[in-house]
Amino acid sequence: MNDMTPTREQRSAALEGMGCKRKRVEDIRFTQGKGNYVDDVKLPGMLHGDFVRSPHPHARVKKIDDSEALKVPGVLAVITAETLKTVNLAWMPTLAGDVQMVLADGKVLFQNQEVAFVVATDRYAADDGINKVIVEYEPLPPLVDPFKSMDKDAPVLREDLAGKTSGAHGPRKHHNHIFEWTVGDKELTDSAFNKAEVTIKEMISYHRTHPSPLETCQCVCSFDKIKGELTIYGTFQAPHVIRTVVSLIAKLPEQKIHVIAPDIGGGFGNKVGAYPGYICAAVASIVTGKPVKWVEDRIENLTATSFARDYHMTTEIAATKDGKVTGLRVHVLADHGAFDACADPSKWPAGFFNIVTGSYDFPTAHLAVDGVYTNKAPGGVAYRCSFRVTEAAYCIERAMDILAQKLNMDPAELRLKNFIKPEQFPYHSALGWEYDSGDYHTAMRKMMETTGYAALRKEQAEKRAAFARGETREIMGLGVSFFTEIVGAGPSKNCDILGIAMFDSCEIRMHPTGAGIARMGTKSQGQGHETTWAQIIATEIGIPADNIMVEEGNTDTAPYGLGTYGSRSTPVAGAAIAMAARKIKAKAQMIAAYKLEVHEDDLEFDIDGFRVKGLPEKFMSMKDICWAAYNSVPPGMEPGLEAVSYYDPPNMTYPFGAYLCVMDIDVDTGVYKVRRFYALDDCGTRINPMIIEGQVHGGLTEAFAIAMGQEIRYDDTGNVVTGSFMDFFMPTAVETPHWETDFTVTPSPHHPIGAKGVGESPNVGGVPAFSNAVNDAFSFLGSTHIQMPHDFWRNWKAAKALGAVA
Amino acid sequence: MAKTHVTMKVNGAEVEGLVEPRTLLVHFIRENLGMTGTHIGCETTHCGACTVDIDGMSVKSCTMFAVQADGSDITTVEGMANADGTLSALQEGFRMMHGLQCGFCTPGMIMRAHRLLKENPSPSEQEIRMGISGNICRCTGYQNIVKAIQYASAKINGVEFREAAE
Repeated sequence: MNDMTPTREQRSAALEGMGCKRKRVEDIRFTQGKGNYVDDVKLPGMLHGDFVRSPHPHARVKKIDDSEALKVPGVLAVITAETLKTVNLAWMPTLAGDVQMVLADGKVLFQNQEVAFVVATDRYAADDGINKVIVEYEPLPPLVDPFKSMDKDAPVLREDLAGKTSGAHGPRKHHNHIFEWTVGDKELTDSAFNKAEVTIKEMISYHRTHPSPLETCQCVCSFDKIKGELTIYGTFQAPHVIRTVVSLIAKLPEQKIHVIAPDIGGGFGNKVGAYPGYICAAVASIVTGKPVKWVEDRIENLTATSFARDYHMTTEIAATKDGKVTGLRVHVLADHGAFDACADPSKWPAGFFNIVTGSYDFPTAHLAVDGVYTNKAPGGVAYRCSFRVTEAAYCIERAMDILAQKLNMDPAELRLKNFIKPEQFPYHSALGWEYDSGDYHTAMRKMMETTGYAALRKEQAEKRAAFARGETREIMGLGVSFFTEIVGAGPSKNCDILGIAMFDSCEIRMHPTGAGIARMGTKSQGQGHETTWAQIIATEIGIPADNIMVEEGNTDTAPYGLGTYGSRSTPVAGAAIAMAARKIKAKAQMIAAYKLEVHEDDLEFDIDGFRVKGLPEKFMSMKDICWAAYNSVPPGMEPGLEAVSYYDPPNMTYPFGAYLCVMDIDVDTGVYKVRRFYALDDCGTRINPMIIEGQVHGGLTEAFAIAMGQEIRYDDTGNVVTGSFMDFFMPTAVETPHWETDFTVTPSPHHPIGAKGVGESPNVGGVPAFSNAVNDAFSFLGSTHIQMPHDFWRNWKAAKALGAVA
Repeated sequence: MAKTHVTMKVNGAEVEGLVEPRTLLVHFIRENLGMTGTHIGCETTHCGACTVDIDGMSVKSCTMFAVQADGSDITTVEGMANADGTLSALQEGFRMMHGLQCGFCTPGMIMRAHRLLKENPSPSEQEIRMGISGNICRCTGYQNIVKAIQYASAKINGVEFREAAE
């Protein structure tokens, strides 16, 4: 070998494969303003649609008069429920087995509900039009408090369900009841509580919030009457599912519907659901014969598209005096708003909330969830979490702190005592999950050592003493949280959305010159798929990542997949990529054997090609194999080098992490300061550490917002009081803390590359860390639990209620 | 509605158009000029995705009328790359420091950071955080955006960029 021959390290580095901090290919266009988002789509003759929305949270719609609106220059049509009835689209199925009005049919059930859709030549004319539609309402009493939804005299919200004693998930107990879901062994759990030396019980609320991606939900629908084809550009996290649903409800053949999700400006779960805007734009395009664009504004996004959380969790733990947990009992009251449009797999009415036993070895547990209707926006989404995992993690992490307080134990020590042990994996939880792998003790101890946990506790004790002596007005809190996530939905044996099994897909085509394209069933909303997917292929088949183009979001070209939400892209589609790449590699090996004139078994894969075992100079690069695949394949073999994989995971993956928040609070003002935030994540194999860290930063920022101020709040009359960024807390660079990140690596044993997924972990683990810090700060004054969000005002109120402020 | 004739300079080129008096500047830029790099995120001046540079000031174009910009000199994100088409120091900083994810806030962030560095070529971390406080990002948590701006600052000043220890 001469000096010019690259070393193994150089050959490997040239691939920019897994483990490399490869710079994102997306950024070249995004930093120049050359992204292509839905609002950038402009079709010839395109019209614009806008909604007339209800000012009332609950009212009968007596009359809609569109005569003045139709006189407005530029206004072409006003679509109401009556129009939609002619095409059988006045109501649409929800993801949760319920139905939802597309436009108000007889009455409205939440403020800003869609009442009529005005179609005009431009967005200004459409806006003029909506102001001229006269709607006559008869207000009805609103139901705001979910705890009163099943009162005897509670108003009947869903008249369409009158008299129905069962719903999509079993019996209904009341006219505002949606479902009851129970899991676990009630008898055994009750018995654990009867025998318990110590118990705790607390009502822990996770308030209603909203994902609010910076780009709102929007679409452009274009119906071609001649071809009978409908093209929809939209902000869709799951384009294929949208196509199937549109086909089923609009009775159009699926191949004649083209769904294109271009660049998406953040999703966070908000862009999973189907919204009236999509249906109305499609109908408007069919009616007018022209393309119709619908772009939601920020107020509409916050008040009418899918909310998140709104779970009220009565939580009990049974334990021994020395802190070993013996039972968990949780009852959840779930406020689903006016229609049950939650994004959960069909068989799980409360999502994966039954991961609520967390990272702890509970011998028994029982869970009951009641879903109820209220006069609020519908559609609980998996906001940066997989189906209610955030609520579950918050519930158990708050409860473990409350137990620690009762036992006078350190919360970290209590957790270490109850963790599932490394040798217990695969671990079967009391509520029915099989955790794939984990090493919780190592992660927790690394967190404690790196942050100097013991010293921080000592400092806290000193500060408390100084506070008691009146030397300071500042209190200090240490928020410990340890979470286990459940992501990668999911095995088709138990996970589907509207009956469509939750696999995912990848198709790879290698071209003769050694370049290739990978097409995916997933859809990035900022996660950097174009960068990381190519890295997996680079490592698997030895072609540089720069030579692989990744394409997503076009149902005409991409293989069928369930899309991107709930951190399922890497656990499911990441596996599909590896499996497709391995099919390519297997064929490449046959071609190489033929060309090198040896038996396949005599070859070994070596970074970027195949080498004859024992004869290092006999080597054929993958690039050369690609060329050979199109001109000199073995006799009888089909030319070409491509593969498709539909990956149905055998199990979910279970990433975990240990977080610590150090916070100081001034009792006289309630002003908090996050002094430190440390996040250790274990997401198994790390594909691109730079992107992982970036996702952790982003998830923590959203967790910070939720825990420390962000809330969708309704007043007693059903009026949304947090309808813009003026009053819905959006942290800026000024408030947002500095993040310290760290990691351990415990690969998933069943995933082809051992990757578990990370995007939502920091949101799941972050919220309890912040809340535990606040609660820990106040605990020595005698409180056990203060509800989120912990903004300055609420902190001050807590300090006052606890007697710290005169 | 009667339309008004406006002329302005956008990214160095003279442009003109007929707009309603109520037409927002961001709509003029996006719809009339077809330059879609400037984004709309909130329409209430809070998020900063529509930030452009007007006569040497950062302006949120979603709450300014196009007629108010008549005669002005505007720079949008499309005017930020170097003359030879390569990424400018700021754009490169965002890429090198992973200062973006979905990319929706990025044009506004870059435009704001551009003006910030014009006014203060060597800002401290605190000055950067204050300087971009009118721009909301939902994906990256700001830390890497701050680094991106520090990277650009170093490059513009011809000094070596050193990442602060975590």
